[in-house]
Amino acid sequence: MIDVKNLSKSFGDHLVLDNISEHIHPGEKVVVIGPSGSGKSTFLRCLNLLETPSAGTITFENTVITDPKTDINAMRRQMGMVFQHFNLFANMTIRKNITLAPVRTKLMSQGEADETATALLRRVGLEDKADAYPAQLSGGQKQRIAIVRALAMKPKVMLFDEPTSALDPEMVGEVLDVMKELANEGMTMVVVTHEMGFAREVGSRVLFMDGGHILEQNSPAEFFAAPKEARTIEFLSKVL
Amino acid sequence: MIEGIALWLAKLGPRFHRAFIEGNRWRLYLKGLGATVEMTALALCMGIALGVVVAVIRTAHDQQRPGRHNLLLGLLNVVCKIYTTILRGTPMMVQLLIWAFVIFKTSRNMIAVGIIGLGINSGAYVAEIVRGGLMSVDVGQSEAGRSLGLNYFDTMRFIVIPQAFKNILPSLGNEFITLFKDTSLVQAIGGAELAYYASTIGGNTFDCMPPYIGIAVMYLAIVIGLTWLQGKLERRLRQSDRR
Repeated sequence: MIDVKNLSKSFGDHLVLDNISEHIHPGEKVVVIGPSGSGKSTFLRCLNLLETPSAGTITFENTVITDPKTDINAMRRQMGMVFQHFNLFANMTIRKNITLAPVRTKLMSQGEADETATALLRRVGLEDKADAYPAQLSGGQKQRIAIVRALAMKPKVMLFDEPTSALDPEMVGEVLDVMKELANEGMTMVVVTHEMGFAREVGSRVLFMDGGHILEQNSPAEFFAAPKEARTIEFLSKVL
Repeated sequence: MIEGIALWLAKLGPRFHRAFIEGNRWRLYLKGLGATVEMTALALCMGIALGVVVAVIRTAHDQQRPGRHNLLLGLLNVVCKIYTTILRGTPMMVQLLIWAFVIFKTSRNMIAVGIIGLGINSGAYVAEIVRGGLMSVDVGQSEAGRSLGLNYFDTMRFIVIPQAFKNILPSLGNEFITLFKDTSLVQAIGGAELAYYASTIGGNTFDCMPPYIGIAVMYLAIVIGLTWLQGKLERRLRQSDRR
């Protein structure tokens, strides 16, 4: 579904991603873990070109999205993204947050989008917040809305960039529950996270990144039970 | 001493009467005030339109993805930079003199020339204010818009510009007030606005104090009114911040 070939990214002289090749299959739930500064967020942000790769190609369903001639907006419509800091549009009500993109990209009429928004909000138990502004919500509520805002575009894959890292501990659960539900429905997901429990329970594959490389990858059961690389063992001993 | 003050005070009434009531002179002030307000309004519209265009061009140029530089945008960016540098780097008064006596030296409509001069000058300041506002909006907001597949201009129009506008309203209000007061400079090129009539009346009656103090009060009253309106608008735009 997403094919990454020889992806490198540097900021100035600092090489953040070093020649990464990876393939994400439909229906997979790929969990990316690793120490901070390992390049995992940059890797994720390269997948929808929020960061422009310095070298390499990324192909999404047979379209080379790193090709300058590709309509990147059309590609991004099929790839939902959830951010660490939610990034709900502060100047709009929750309903408008959800309906803006589907309506402006002509995916839906305003009426259809409103219905979709209501259905999505009901699904995460926040239908009473439709007319609230983001500033009036808790972090957990904002993140659940950020997830359904991305879902309103009916994406084929969802990218999560540390979705629970900015949340109070007691709100992490409600967001992970929404993500688990999404995983159970068969959504293809790439999740950068520090939630090892989530990786173990939901992930179909775990990638461990360090220093701009994917050092090790395995099924969650294998990965957590028998890590092979010394760096992985060290990392897991600190976080588990 | 006390006698002198009493005499001065006693003459105040007749002096102001001569400057404002006699010969229906108040009509001239009203006419001048009308021209001043008209100039302010039109120059403001021009300044905001110019300023937003320049700010969007400059921000769009600075936010291009590396390696995908657009030649036309680069050219426009240079033009915009020259424009803001010249207009912000020379005195308003000198600019008005150049508009009136160099560029439009055959024109007789000095109010129109004043509008052009003030509007183009104001645009340069508004451009910098708007640019600061666009950059003050958290980059996560536009990343979220782009990640949903919205194009650059929709993201600017629906997400970034409305939030930037709220952030820059105080500075924009100040610019508006400066512009309103700067209309008095148009007097120097012969534009018949409020200060022009005041100095004419001062000359005719051989008494400058009443007309100049009078128009100072008028300018002040309008500025106080505008400041109040600005505060009201700011409170309304803060609606989305309410918790």
